[in-house]
Amino acid sequence: MAATGLIMLAYLLAHLLGNLKIFFGAGEFNAYAHWLHVIGEPFMHRDWVLWIVRVGLAASVVLHGVAAYQLSRRDLAARPQGYQHQRRRASYATRTMRWGGVILGLFVVWHLLDLTTLTVNENAEPGHPYENVVATFSTWYGNTIYITAMLALGFHIRHGFWSAAQTLGAGSPRRDRALKTAANALAAVLTCGFISIPIGVMTGVVS
Amino acid sequence: MRLTLRIWRQRGPEEPGAMTEYQVDGIVPEMSFLEMLDQLNEHLILSGEEPVAFDHDCREGICGACGMVINGQAHGPERTTTCQLHMRHFSDGDTIDVEPWRAAAFPVVKDLVVDRSAFDRIIGSGGYVTVPTGSAPEAHATPVPKPVADTAFEHAECIGCGACVAACPNGSAMLFTSAKVVHLNVLPQGAPERESRVLDMVETMDSEGFGGCTNTGECAVACPKGIPLTAISTMNREFLRAQLRGGRKG
Amino acid sequence: MSTAEASLAVEDGPGGYTEYTVGEPLVDTKAPPGPVEERWDRRRFEAKLVNPANRRGYTVIVVGTGLAGGAAGATLAEQGYHVVQFCYQDSPRRAHSIAAQGGINAAKNYRNDGDSVRRLFYDTVKGGDFRARESNVHRLAQVSVEIIDQCVAQGVPFAREYGGLLDTRSFGGVQVSRTFYARGQTGQQLLLGAYQALSRQIAAGNVEMHPRTEMLDLIVIDGRARGIVARDLVTGEISSHFADAVVLASGGYGNVFHLSTNAKNSNATAVWRAHRRGAHFANPCFTQIHPTCIPRSGDHQSKLTLMSESLRNDGRIWVPKAKGDTRPPNEIPEQERDYYLERIYPSFGNLVPRDIASRAAKNVCDEGRGVGPGGQGVYLDFADAIARLGRDAVEARYGNLFEMYQRITAEDPYRVPMRIYPAIHYTMGGLWVDYDLQTTVPGLFAIGEANFSDHGANRLGASALMQGLADGYFVLPATLGDYLARHPHSEVDPRHPAALAAEQEVTDRLNRLLASDGDRTPESFHRELGELLWDECGMARTESGLRKALDRIPALREEFWRRIKVPGSGQELNQSLEKANRVVDYLELAELMCLDALHRTESCGGHFREESQTPEGEAARRDEEFCYAAAWEFRGVGRPPVLHREELVFEYVHPTQRSYA
Repeated sequence: MAATGLIMLAYLLAHLLGNLKIFFGAGEFNAYAHWLHVIGEPFMHRDWVLWIVRVGLAASVVLHGVAAYQLSRRDLAARPQGYQHQRRRASYATRTMRWGGVILGLFVVWHLLDLTTLTVNENAEPGHPYENVVATFSTWYGNTIYITAMLALGFHIRHGFWSAAQTLGAGSPRRDRALKTAANALAAVLTCGFISIPIGVMTGVVS
Repeated sequence: MRLTLRIWRQRGPEEPGAMTEYQVDGIVPEMSFLEMLDQLNEHLILSGEEPVAFDHDCREGICGACGMVINGQAHGPERTTTCQLHMRHFSDGDTIDVEPWRAAAFPVVKDLVVDRSAFDRIIGSGGYVTVPTGSAPEAHATPVPKPVADTAFEHAECIGCGACVAACPNGSAMLFTSAKVVHLNVLPQGAPERESRVLDMVETMDSEGFGGCTNTGECAVACPKGIPLTAISTMNREFLRAQLRGGRKG
Repeated sequence: MSTAEASLAVEDGPGGYTEYTVGEPLVDTKAPPGPVEERWDRRRFEAKLVNPANRRGYTVIVVGTGLAGGAAGATLAEQGYHVVQFCYQDSPRRAHSIAAQGGINAAKNYRNDGDSVRRLFYDTVKGGDFRARESNVHRLAQVSVEIIDQCVAQGVPFAREYGGLLDTRSFGGVQVSRTFYARGQTGQQLLLGAYQALSRQIAAGNVEMHPRTEMLDLIVIDGRARGIVARDLVTGEISSHFADAVVLASGGYGNVFHLSTNAKNSNATAVWRAHRRGAHFANPCFTQIHPTCIPRSGDHQSKLTLMSESLRNDGRIWVPKAKGDTRPPNEIPEQERDYYLERIYPSFGNLVPRDIASRAAKNVCDEGRGVGPGGQGVYLDFADAIARLGRDAVEARYGNLFEMYQRITAEDPYRVPMRIYPAIHYTMGGLWVDYDLQTTVPGLFAIGEANFSDHGANRLGASALMQGLADGYFVLPATLGDYLARHPHSEVDPRHPAALAAEQEVTDRLNRLLASDGDRTPESFHRELGELLWDECGMARTESGLRKALDRIPALREEFWRRIKVPGSGQELNQSLEKANRVVDYLELAELMCLDALHRTESCGGHFREESQTPEGEAARRDEEFCYAAAWEFRGVGRPPVLHREELVFEYVHPTQRSYA
């Protein structure tokens, strides 16, 4: 879980940096989108790098999900009878890892259908990513889905990053505070960064 | 004080159980929680009912025998063992729910008594230093830096009560196992078996039916001895290190 | 009438005794003659050995998993014997050795402060008020140094100094720093070391561990201990287990007093049943009372909690000068306080030995100057220490103890003086054993607090852990081999009449407890017996008080069988039944304790007879009459026992009257 989670986290950071180019206009953003297809040329053929990344990410998502499923099954089996007196104590982020993960999984599907395959994006035109993004965030449901998912992402990363550090043995009494701060910072940066885009569209900064 | 207790009653491992309500009166704040249960039991015996079975022994917070989930919290509202919890933390008229540790690896024996022998098997699989009696070198032959000795002690304080498992939403025994791994693995005396210890103990822990760790931190919050959550991270590091080094030796 | 019927008839009637008969003297024939420092070497050399290849064929039963039992079980298994071990707890890790706080003595002389094996030997014999056997105590001092090596190698995290070497501290009654410790949890750490070694042997299949199983009788066949009858506390199943030798490591009997610092379930059943089967019980009246326990807070009190003796280093003990002064302590001006230890013992002050501090507290409370609920307490005041050292320094030294006190009493000892009162803590008496730790029943060994051997009439601080581990790791594994080598393995017929009879007796007794539909709980009898003993056979004993107790106990026993009520069945986890069964034994043991205290008309160590004191009110020993260990032989419930005296010879440490003024 930790390794795949960190791979996806690294991808998200790159993804956010790329996406923020939307604030510099359609030209720059579309050029960036185009570049994604030609990374590594002429050594790499067109889309090779993209596909390597896609395969890597898909594998991470699948392994992350399978591991989560196995862990959940084991955890549920470890307490077949629950407590009559229920009491919540762990943070919201910690308690919502499972459902948050499911929400994010569904979001990824929608996100691909919306902006990669353009299947569910009614006003989409292939080859015009900037315009397609604006089209998505011009609908109330596009914004709702996206912002909800990004909030879930923040919570997921907030617990997930620190948890991954623990799992990989990086935690120590000295580092614990730093790791928690880093987890909060990463969660905040990614959530705010991604949400800034629909807000940009809604407020007309991006159009 | 007058209190309403709802206590899990279960005659045996295979019998169904249920929360049963009792009224107790004349509880004074100086009583320990177990003394309050003692009083209930005295009444039950005289009225011909079976007293509530619960594990307890030293009543000083060190043997680790006692343990019950009180109002959803392992060992109750104070960060201590159940035997050191006093009734001054409750108020007249309170309703208190009392349940056994809940975990597949800790089957209920009767009422609030559970079987924690899985912990003994985890220790038996590697929670020791192999040093037959008489074979020890002179105690000062190996100096141990004070910070290392202190770290070892801090983790060796675990009393094996099982509150970590009871509190963990996943019924995981990572805190218990890691406390022993860290205690022995940081010491020079434990170094020769460092890899096999962590691998064997984790394997046994997994095979006993404990859940996995999702780093919720509930265990360390419930631990009456303050075993730090970072013990788990250290054990993970030891585990990865042992795997990288090619697993068990010897 | 057959013998069995006769003994039952006595149990039914009140019985009771204040007399005894005197039997043959007992002599320890196992300690070799010669210089005391050579005896242990010589004994080990003269002991027959069991061929390692043959050890697997021997089965040894060990009852108890504390420091002595855990260490013995692990060591015997390492040597190759097949060990079958029992404890009543759910795990061997929970034995009550775990609660020992202070430390463990060893004559390492790491401080270069003049310590030596000889000095530890001397201190222990003197501290025991000259009622221990010199050969045993010297061996204990010799072995002490190996214990520390062993425990360190096991990973016991003793306190260390910045140089990485072991730290030591000094402890009551001695002038050298020889106490090794692991914060306030030395017993826990040492026990976990033994438990881990034992766990390794359990996992390897060399020890067959029976947790939650209680020994209820000893099986003696052809004059040798050959097994035990035990009850599985979960299923209630009663079964017999057979072996070539039986080792009792079941701890002391302090819980006969009901309120003590012992664990709630610590009990005397194993040693008492062994006593009934022929093992002599030595010096039962030698009980230790610890001066610094948290006083009881009411009738609900179920046990007492010890506060480390180290608190007396900086705390000042006082009570109001006036009787019945109910003002809060902070409102009592300095000149109206009586710092009685400093007044009576100006040179030792608050640091007098345990027995003296305890008795002084009792005296001021008896005068009506005690404080707290029921007037059963004295103040232990840290105001001066806090003013002198600052709160931080006091917190660094005693923070965890202050926290424990505050948790239990809800009083802040930084602002209000602590209240303390003495409580039963340890029993020096126990099964009589020879130098090999063998009881008067061949093949039955007793180790740790279960035997009487090493502490005489008073145990020094930090010596219980030392003795338990010495017996378990080093002494018993050496001496048991000699016995086994002389008694080649033979199978026991499980249908042997002696085994069947023992099993039947156990079953009958439990059934009798369950069948009685009375109106009193086991706890109520235990409490009543405990209060009686505390009053008449506690800190100070008198002939009239002991006679009163000896009169009352048989009546209480009779009432017990008439009015006891135990719900549930024997075929399940039944904690009331366990308790009732233990109380039966306390009701018999208490009688022997009082008789022993009555017969010993001297004062020594923890045994204070008011009739025998110096003009200053201190304990007066009477060596010409009582320089012996009193080993009692059982002759039936309520029937006068037989006294066998073991004369104590002091060749090296010559008896003197202790003085702490």
